[in-house]
Amino acid sequence: MKITLQHIDKSFGKVHANDDINLTIPSGTIQGILGENGAGKSTLMKILTGYYQADSGEILLDDMKVKITSPEDAVVRGIGMLHQDPLDFPPMKVIDNFLLGTKGGLFPNRKQVENEILRLSNEFDFQINPDAFVETMTVGERQQLEILRLLWLGVKVLILDEPTTGISANQKDKLFATLVKLASQGLTVIFVSHKLEEVEQLCNRVAVFRQGKLVGEVDPPYRTDQFVYLMFGKNVEVGEKASFCTDDTYIKLKNIGLEDYRLRLKDINLEIKSGEIIGLAGMEGSGQRLFLRMLAGLMRPVSGNIYIDGVDFTGKNYHVFQNSGVAYLPASRLEEGLIPGMTLTEHFILSEKHRELFVDQRSAMDLTEERIKTFNIKGTPVSQVEQLSGGNQQRALLALLRKRLRLILMEHPTRGLDIESAIWIWSKMKERCKDCASIVFTSSDLDEILQYSDRILVFFGGLVSPPINAKSTTVDELGQLIGGKGW
Amino acid sequence: MEIATLTTLAGIVEYAVPVLFASIGENITEKAGITNLSVNGTIILSAMGGFVVSMNTGSLLLGFLTGALIGAAVAAIVAFSSITLKQSQVAIGFILALLCRDLGYFLGAPYTNKPGIFLSKVPIPGLSEIPILGPVFFNHSLVVYASYLLIIITFVYMYKTRPGLMLQGIGERPTAAFARGANVKALRYLYTILGGALVGLAGPMYSLAVKIGWAGQLSGLDGVGWIALAITIFGGWNPLRVAFGAYLFGGLQQLGITLQSTTDIPIQILQAAPFPLMIFTLLLVNVGRAEWVERELAAMPEKPRKVISKILRALRTSPPASLGVPFEND
Repeated sequence: MKITLQHIDKSFGKVHANDDINLTIPSGTIQGILGENGAGKSTLMKILTGYYQADSGEILLDDMKVKITSPEDAVVRGIGMLHQDPLDFPPMKVIDNFLLGTKGGLFPNRKQVENEILRLSNEFDFQINPDAFVETMTVGERQQLEILRLLWLGVKVLILDEPTTGISANQKDKLFATLVKLASQGLTVIFVSHKLEEVEQLCNRVAVFRQGKLVGEVDPPYRTDQFVYLMFGKNVEVGEKASFCTDDTYIKLKNIGLEDYRLRLKDINLEIKSGEIIGLAGMEGSGQRLFLRMLAGLMRPVSGNIYIDGVDFTGKNYHVFQNSGVAYLPASRLEEGLIPGMTLTEHFILSEKHRELFVDQRSAMDLTEERIKTFNIKGTPVSQVEQLSGGNQQRALLALLRKRLRLILMEHPTRGLDIESAIWIWSKMKERCKDCASIVFTSSDLDEILQYSDRILVFFGGLVSPPINAKSTTVDELGQLIGGKGW
Repeated sequence: MEIATLTTLAGIVEYAVPVLFASIGENITEKAGITNLSVNGTIILSAMGGFVVSMNTGSLLLGFLTGALIGAAVAAIVAFSSITLKQSQVAIGFILALLCRDLGYFLGAPYTNKPGIFLSKVPIPGLSEIPILGPVFFNHSLVVYASYLLIIITFVYMYKTRPGLMLQGIGERPTAAFARGANVKALRYLYTILGGALVGLAGPMYSLAVKIGWAGQLSGLDGVGWIALAITIFGGWNPLRVAFGAYLFGGLQQLGITLQSTTDIPIQILQAAPFPLMIFTLLLVNVGRAEWVERELAAMPEKPRKVISKILRALRTSPPASLGVPFEND
């Protein structure tokens, strides 16, 4: 289906989210929509799928003017969207997910639908079991399920919003192959992303957004620097690959075993050097989180010993670890890291050690203002943390870290952040490494792991690889290990 | 089997009926994502209302209808304040629970211990003559038979029909349900009021069928509504398990009555016993989710660990993910 957008305009209060967008997407193409967070990509997609109505402008489907009134209306007209977090129902079965919301008699024909799921699943070489519960599936499989469902409903346009966040390299390859196949069958695919390399790899043409405007349409062959320039309006340098790894062993893990009710990790031996950065790769839920929580003192190993600076810390609690210079930045910033409802100033008051009963508001404000400046946080001392954007929340978390730290544990430190923020955050972390802090972090972005780690551990189904030197490995090699090959 | 045993079993089936209606009603409401905490007050107010109306009109049907209307009206207040005004469901529900209870006692005072009419037993021909099963299940008043139907219909509706799937959807993930065409707010209104009407029926079921009459505070209905709420959770928001919970509670109550005549245990203990037992069951059901249990399990040897974690997993239930969360179309 051919999509034409003419003079689309949308404002939220003072924010001009879409400013006179004109874009034509012919059928059978994979159209990339590239831009930073807040560039207006999502707003445009929400207009196209009926969540929002444009303030002015026209949408034409196959040259017919339409008014899309709701997400359901969009699907009826043939436009389906795969959301970043698939809009499905985790505690329910695959087949019920398919049936939910379908029109028809009181009792649906389950047998028939089950067969259709299997047929579609085979056609695209997916392994979807109609009787499985959605919550037992990985994000990648849930995406596959949602794509099948939308195709089953007969969509002619498939919009994907940042679909590669949280899926494995194998699943990504499969997803891309599927999209290419769909496009060759005449479907229109709209691929929304802020990841340059993915857009370059997949898309037939790319539209770049910046601050609510469509700033450029690019056809292949692509040049990365051209994209970067369009996205930021300036050239952005990726930091030098510098290592501050020393020869001093800071942490030593001896025959560590970790367990929760799903997973068992055995015999982990590792020495973390001062100033070293270790990246943990693997599908989510393969044990990286257990590993980080063990290093943070939040989880007791079932066997083995942890030595910090030669002292046995096994079985000590979180506060003992904390006092010896260990800090933990969890992935869920608002749930575990920050306290929603409290202001930035209040966060700084809580994180600084004070002995007085009453808070010195003035100095707390001053401190907060100073940190806001150094950490480039877009907010004021009285902003509540949940009002900050994801990137600024992450900056706030970094600003809250104590001055002298020896080990920083991070889960997905740059997830959901734009490239500029990510680069900035890593430059700050590198400064910490220069100060002899070691860093252990998880990420689902292999490029990030390769770019910043000194050594890499791969986790797969309860197995932990020996440390891999980041200089002598490749994305492909890591992808294979993550997918369970080569063990 | 002895006659006394059969009477006891039949008593359990009968005693469970009002609790069953109330907890399945609440089950439906919570499945849609709304908690109606007013159950306890609703039952007392509708027990009184149903009794008074049937006494004055001579119509049992009008009595039950009054109960359902009271329940629906209270639920409508909960729905309006939580869905439209986006106020705290807990606060409004709790206040209504207290208000309706006291309103019931106050308005019902002139009718205390007055003679009324009540539902008589209607043995089902044929079925009631089956040995054991007949007298236990098929020699009751109509409300008991209605409760059998309620369990089956609710279960089939929720899990096997298209609108039932959507009911699960709006409580689980309203944003996704909206994307699939649901009018989330309207449906939440519908199921809150429908569930409330079922809760409201529980009142006249006491005063017109199970615990006949109206005796004000001495009717002994205070507390039943809270148990119904607990049973909804214990039953994991699944009508079959909820029904099981209701029968368990009925059984515990009946056991208390039987033991009163045969042992020296103080009557207060027997009356109160079902409540801590329910709490204990709730703990057992939900303990599998606690982190310390996972830690303890991890430290156990292989064999018992597997068995225990299997049991815990089978027992474990999770509430509708968006229970109590207001919804905005965006």
